[in-house]
Amino acid sequence: MSGSEKINAVVTNIVKLNDLVTRFEFKRTDGGLFPTFSGGAHTVIELKDGDITRRNPYSLMSDPMKQDGYSISVRRDDEGRGGSLFLHTNVNVGDNVVLSHPVNLFSLDLRAKKHLMIAGGIGITPFLAQIKQLDRSHGNWELHYSARNHSLGTYVDDLEATHPNDVNIYYDDEKNFIDISKLLDGQPLGTHLYICGPKGMIDWVVSEADKLGWPSEVVHYEEFLAPKPGKPFQVKLSVSDKLINVGENESLLEAIEREGVDAPYLCRGGACGQCETSVIEADGEFIHRDHWLEDEDKLSRKKIMPCVSRFDGKTLVLDR
Amino acid sequence: MSTFEFPESIKSRPTYGKLENRKGHSYFFIADAEGAEAIIELADVDKSLMAKSHVIYIPKKTGEKYIKKLNNLDINQLYIGPSYSAAQYRITQTFEQSHMGLQVCLTGTEGLIGEALRDAMAAGIPHTCIQTEHRGSVSRRMQCVHCKGITEDVILDPFVCDHCGLNLFVRDHYSRRLAAFQAVCIDAEDPGNIPDSVELYK
Repeated sequence: MSGSEKINAVVTNIVKLNDLVTRFEFKRTDGGLFPTFSGGAHTVIELKDGDITRRNPYSLMSDPMKQDGYSISVRRDDEGRGGSLFLHTNVNVGDNVVLSHPVNLFSLDLRAKKHLMIAGGIGITPFLAQIKQLDRSHGNWELHYSARNHSLGTYVDDLEATHPNDVNIYYDDEKNFIDISKLLDGQPLGTHLYICGPKGMIDWVVSEADKLGWPSEVVHYEEFLAPKPGKPFQVKLSVSDKLINVGENESLLEAIEREGVDAPYLCRGGACGQCETSVIEADGEFIHRDHWLEDEDKLSRKKIMPCVSRFDGKTLVLDR
Repeated sequence: MSTFEFPESIKSRPTYGKLENRKGHSYFFIADAEGAEAIIELADVDKSLMAKSHVIYIPKKTGEKYIKKLNNLDINQLYIGPSYSAAQYRITQTFEQSHMGLQVCLTGTEGLIGEALRDAMAAGIPHTCIQTEHRGSVSRRMQCVHCKGITEDVILDPFVCDHCGLNLFVRDHYSRRLAAFQAVCIDAEDPGNIPDSVELYK
């Protein structure tokens, strides 16, 4: 079986937080306890949408030590492939879902003297769990959270009420922006930096930190890519001896799974490296979209990450 | 030249690089003996670095050899002291008051690099982003695994523990936490059967 272990769960509560974001709460179907996790971990939620199985990763935002329920907060994306939209429109209280055991690709480095967190929009979710974890261990942290406006500032009011001295909020519509170079300059030695938000924000903060001489070892970020739609293409799976078609709105990994071939995965967002697949033959152009492969791997035309990457050309044969 | 190419060994054995000019608003050098040469060479590459540098230097047996040269580098803050322990309070204070963007550079003997690395790690700096360059003696800071005592500047193998008097075998097994190589009794099975001591890497 691919991915981490699965847990059957039921939706116990759905809370609309604002125009875009809704919280989904789950309990185990068997009445048991969920495993504890570490702040920053995500779960892959598996949903039946007619004939297709949707598998989407979301950061767990509940207290990592709370075992009687998990929560995720999902931002509706009207332009994407419909995963978040499906959750928002088709999932109801009482529905059965399958959750994966938590996997953490964005964990706190507990050797840090201070944790400096930068969140943009829905990128707040992993920090909610990390803050709960650090509160328990009396950790030293500070959050800078930027949102479009107050109504889209998910959990802003909770955060400001519970941690008035550690939380700093910035609203775009008030022309209030994080002054990142000023913020980074003067942080005490031993500070680690964590960033979760849109790609542009991550790139900007990472490059400012680099300019100021912050070592890459203390700069952590999480950017989950949703697989983008693209031109349909055909793939031959040599081990399972199957010729499959990848549709416009599904990823290569999803097409492989649809055909009943068990393929490894964890994050489904181009970050973890688990689904790396060897290419046996290729005549055409690779559309690499992951953060995992090195540039030389991409140039070698010998590897592909089927969770987010695609292919445009005549023949693609994979060792799967 | 004060450099030495250590032969390849087990994973636990520390390896060293060459100090280089990296991005950062200030530099903190901790050096002993011939480590002064590494600082002087880096200053040759970019003299302006010295204006934003704090240097802790322990001359050990080199005495006055590098002092004049160091004094001529226009280092922002230069401390010259008799031993690492004498400088340790100053070092930990500096770490406590420093900000991110500080570049830490350690150079000289393995014992000095190890102790300064331990204190830098305790200040929250990941060990992989601390620059190190070995210079000078290949003597080691050894811990006796039996009595836990530390013997500094060990150059002979086997050697006698300063604390418990056991005859100890010099190993490459290293502890970053203790900043010391681990030495074990060489004649435990057959007391008195001790090979002649040889100088390390000779």
